[in-house]
Amino acid sequence: MARDDEDAELLARLRAGDEQAFVILVRRHHAAMLRLARGYVPSMAVAEEVVQDTWLGVLRGIAGFEGRSSVRTWLLRILVNRARTAGTRERRSVAIGHAEAAVDGSRFDETGHWAQPPEHWVEDADSRLDAAKLADRLRSAIDDLPGRQREVVTLRDIEGLTSEEVCSVLDISEGNQRVLLHRGRSRLRQVLETEFGRA
Amino acid sequence: MPFKLRLSRRELVCQQAVELVTDYLERSLSRADRRRFEAHLAGCPHCTEYLAQMRATIELTGSLSADDLPEPVQDEFIDLYRRWQADRDAGGEAGGAPPG
Repeated sequence: MARDDEDAELLARLRAGDEQAFVILVRRHHAAMLRLARGYVPSMAVAEEVVQDTWLGVLRGIAGFEGRSSVRTWLLRILVNRARTAGTRERRSVAIGHAEAAVDGSRFDETGHWAQPPEHWVEDADSRLDAAKLADRLRSAIDDLPGRQREVVTLRDIEGLTSEEVCSVLDISEGNQRVLLHRGRSRLRQVLETEFGRA
Repeated sequence: MPFKLRLSRRELVCQQAVELVTDYLERSLSRADRRRFEAHLAGCPHCTEYLAQMRATIELTGSLSADDLPEPVQDEFIDLYRRWQADRDAGGEAGGAPPG
């Protein structure tokens, strides 16, 4: 069964008063919600409160869920609304700031061609770095991304939301979503290149 | 779109090509820009490598599993559920989520 269908079934069970269905739903979405909330509020403790508050809102509003969006999109939208209200970082502008290069300009010559081309690592990624170490490094690189980039990369590339879902959850345009995704992914690639260069 | 490379009709250079990778992967390039991007790749092993690295980055990011929920946290949510149920049965029903 597809993930969204499973969620819908769990929500139906929850509506019928099934506590276990609630626990499973929480398990499925907790980590993503926590990560997303963290981008808006000053501490992990506040993020946890926001997530709890979101689930309480979900329980109270469950009768109002009409299935126009996926359960996950609905959950994350509620979360973002609450996190924005709770957060001190919520006033952060939606503007995406100054142009930020995918690759540092010093790596190109004056004609715009590679002077220091990317080092080859793709095929032997597995053999050069321990998988657990690599996962740790990548996780901390994602944590270090600017808030909006982190949100978009997390939702798209870890949680597997579509671009439409991400736009709906974060209330941003397709164009902004793409720019944020581009910058976030570009930074992560650079981190991996540096990491593999060291290995 | 607030950030866009102004593409001339001439061939792309590498520094422009790397900025188009996400639009390319998202299939949001115009047909003409897509052709120019692919034409650049065909003649540029470094940008081909770069594209492969961006794909590998996406794949590695996607392989990060979501953290599992620790037991004590799970218990907190069971508590939350039971408190809500007790509250509901007592007739309190304010502050729900908007319809989705």
